Amino acid sequence: MDKMTQLLKLLENTKSIEINEFRMDFDELELYLMPAIQQAVQKSVETRKAISQEALVMEEFKVPIQDYPGQVAEVQLGKGTRKPVYLGGQQALYRFEEAQPNPPVVTFDVFDIPMPGLPRPIREHFEDVMESPGEWAKKAVKEYGANMVTMHLIGTGPKVMDKSPREGAQAVEEVLQAVDVPLVIGASGDPVKDPLVLEAAAEAAEGERCLLASANLDLDYRKVAKAAMDYDHAVLSWSIIDVNMQKTLNRYLMKEGLTQTDIVMDPTTCALGYGIEFSVDIMTRTRLAALKGDTDLQMPMSSGTTNAWGSREAWMKKDEWGPTDYRGPIWEIFTGLTMMLNGVDIFMMLHPTSVKLLREIGETFVNDYMTTPLPEIDNWITQLEG
Amino acid sequence: MSVSAMDIYRLLPKTNCAKCGEASCMAFATKLSEKEMDLELCTQLTPDEFDTLEDLLAPAVREVIIGKGDKTVTIGGDEVLYRYELSYYNPTAVVIDVSDDLPDNEFEERVKTIENAEFERTGEILTLDAIAVRNKSGDAAKFAAAAEKVKDAKYPLVLCSFDPAAMKSALEIVGDQNPLIYGATENNIEEMAELALQYECPLTLFVPGDLEKMKQLSHTLRAKGLKDIVLDPGTFTGEGIGDTLDNFVMIRRLAVEERDDDFRFPILGIPALLRLNSDEDDVTKGIKEATIAATLMNKYADMIILNGSEIWELIPVLTLRQGLYTDPRKPQAVDPGLYEFGEVDENSPVLLTTNFSLTYYTVEGDLKSGKANCYVLVLETEGRAVDVSVAGGQFNGKAVADLIKDTGIEDKVKTRKLIIPGLGASVSGEIEDDTGWEVAVGPRDSSAVPDYLTKME
Ligand code: B12
Ligand code: SF4
Repeated sequence: MDKMTQLLKLLENTKSIEINEFRMDFDELELYLMPAIQQAVQKSVETRKAISQEALVMEEFKVPIQDYPGQVAEVQLGKGTRKPVYLGGQQALYRFEEAQPNPPVVTFDVFDIPMPGLPRPIREHFEDVMESPGEWAKKAVKEYGANMVTMHLIGTGPKVMDKSPREGAQAVEEVLQAVDVPLVIGASGDPVKDPLVLEAAAEAAEGERCLLASANLDLDYRKVAKAAMDYDHAVLSWSIIDVNMQKTLNRYLMKEGLTQTDIVMDPTTCALGYGIEFSVDIMTRTRLAALKGDTDLQMPMSSGTTNAWGSREAWMKKDEWGPTDYRGPIWEIFTGLTMMLNGVDIFMMLHPTSVKLLREIGETFVNDYMTTPLPEIDNWITQLEG
Repeated sequence: MSVSAMDIYRLLPKTNCAKCGEASCMAFATKLSEKEMDLELCTQLTPDEFDTLEDLLAPAVREVIIGKGDKTVTIGGDEVLYRYELSYYNPTAVVIDVSDDLPDNEFEERVKTIENAEFERTGEILTLDAIAVRNKSGDAAKFAAAAEKVKDAKYPLVLCSFDPAAMKSALEIVGDQNPLIYGATENNIEEMAELALQYECPLTLFVPGDLEKMKQLSHTLRAKGLKDIVLDPGTFTGEGIGDTLDNFVMIRRLAVEERDDDFRFPILGIPALLRLNSDEDDVTKGIKEATIAATLMNKYADMIILNGSEIWELIPVLTLRQGLYTDPRKPQAVDPGLYEFGEVDENSPVLLTTNFSLTYYTVEGDLKSGKANCYVLVLETEGRAVDVSVAGGQFNGKAVADLIKDTGIEDKVKTRKLIIPGLGASVSGEIEDDTGWEVAVGPRDSSAVPDYLTKME
């Protein structure tokens, strides 16, 4: 042990000794496997490096901007009696490269039936209007500042109320009368009936440029595409967490006659804690492909953010987790926000607080880098309360 | 991107002396490329060779260790901008701040809350990572007293003060624990760097809203021989969040794509700043602070400091972190086979689920909290959820029949009745045909299973 300490002492003062030589000594002593010695070697190597650091030259600071050959198409929703909203149009990934031409957009969910299953934190806000889609839509726009409204025709589901396509179209007409924002029109998720429901709704909303939700590979997407073209609407192209599936479907839709500016993609939103990372990867890859020039993927993206409410952390009563009143909205915000930061342009949401917070961040995406007054934070250590 | 074993091999001595513990230089190179061994184990390198290899092996973002012994957290270490390209390394450290002017009992209570905060998800206990002691009082003696109080705390420390005298007084007490010093600014950089060198601690550089200046100061620190640096470009909230994001992304891009040595360090974000001069209620502040945390974790924060410590605020933050940092190359799966819950005998019910971790642990949690007594057959679906594997075809009659055979469940129970998840209803007939068992379609959500079993009795 004494020898060891001596040796270590010796090594500590090796600044002036040629490191090569000293490594040899070491070798001869055959002590190199002792961890303590290794640390010492490591240290003297580091000291040597620190000294040489003074000779380092600093390169100039350059903002890391990239060139993108491709561009995201700009899709217009709302025409005729609607105030238009524009999605997409990005020519870069980030604001410091080039600010987004359009901020992310939120569309509030409205249902054609009172939806007994909606979680309490949402019911609370809409309880008084749930019997009437028109009033529901009005409240979403007037009180909660919705950019758009999604009319879900859940009641047309064969296992729900089996309403006819005509009845669905009437609900759409009611909402068109009630508000002047653009509409997303959603069906019930029944692959056989959905195309018929969307067709009837498209006709009723002719010329208003709604987004028909949705076309996918499991149903007659041709019918949906045709309804969009006949009555001047756009189509939501929905794939399930699979870039190739998305490409294929987009190509099919374009073969039917739709163009990039008539399509919005929904690559599927997995909620926070339920595979959100899969969606992060897919959205990122899709947006990067668009900017690199893949014309099959250059459409704006949509997120079914309300999937978040299916997570048990959002709705399940459990005292150790704190009140659902806070957990639920946060679950929706985190899900939407994560999608927004990875390229999504339009969000289908339910809770007013979530919508407000998501928009506050999204609206900064259209400003140029360092053009906003910044809060003073230099002395946060002493100024922060608590 | 990570380097190939061949690139590393070329720079090794190629003597196959085996002193590193590996049989050959090539074997050692392979281990190095997989980050399974340390370069120091090869004792045959000249310092120059060592340097070259060390540079080659260094991740785009330096790994910085905070704390010592079993009280450590490592941050940084990333190689890529997007997780699908490889994986993100070292989950964002979640730190809660404690002010040095809290009365003793409140201070103690807050530290306890931080130490005890935990949340279980998919079989993993999610916890916090460090405690930030903040010199709110501006008083050196108080700061030292606070350091004394957290000396034996469970987590590593971040010491927050811009006053070098106060920092020194705290370092005198906990400087041997390798705390993260926060922070050096344009005004105190000489003194703070001196302290970091003296106590051999990592140092944060705080340069709000000016990356050009941040580069200069980072360079200054490097030239002084500092290696463990953490960068805080300022967390501006409200409308300023756009600029905050830009700065975070630029730093990481400069590190990964430009290999700009002045920026190849972990990034610190402080969502707590949302609370500066805010007169909103506590719940709103908590929700907004969590929102900023989610924003920054998505875009490269390697460490965040929060002020809120309510569990409803922390659960989503820890859940998002867990998701973003799972390795996309590995399926999230548990071992398939037979599992027992509670007291089982030959009459116990038999349940079926899949081997996706999230599915399995959700079911496990529900069975345990509902004190159910049953067998659970876990089907190999290559880590897929019930509905996913039904849709993808891995959840099928033949696979279930094999599982029944392989586990020998037929020797353990007399009954021949299998309870399957509600979402597997569409394949119930197929399972009956292939297994010869009777199939009962259970509830859609496993939280209803314990009640369902009670009713069945
Ligand atoms: C994440 C996800 C994926 C991930 C996979 C994640 C994984 N490791 O499994 C990826 C991207 C890989 C994926 C792929 C596909 N997916 Co997917 N996916 C999802 C998503 C968003 C979440 C699934 C999840 O994690 N659920 C959470 C777990 C915990 O749920 P669970 O396993 O069902 O367990 C619950 C219950 O079943 C029950 N339970 C469990 N065990 C037991 C046992 C008993 C006895 C009982 C009583 C109850 C019970 O309690 C649990 C807790 O609530 C769902 C949509 C959704 N559900 O939100 C779509 C979804 C399941 N996918 C779908 C599809 C179509 C696919 C694909 C076929 C698409 C494709 N690209 O080809 C592939 C199939 C891949 C394959 N199998 O080969 C469809 C299925 C539609 C259908 N029912 O037919 C869904 C529903 C989306 C949709 N709305 O269309 N998917
Ligand atoms: S110690 Fe170095 S030289 Fe010897 S086998 Fe290992 S890698 Fe090769």
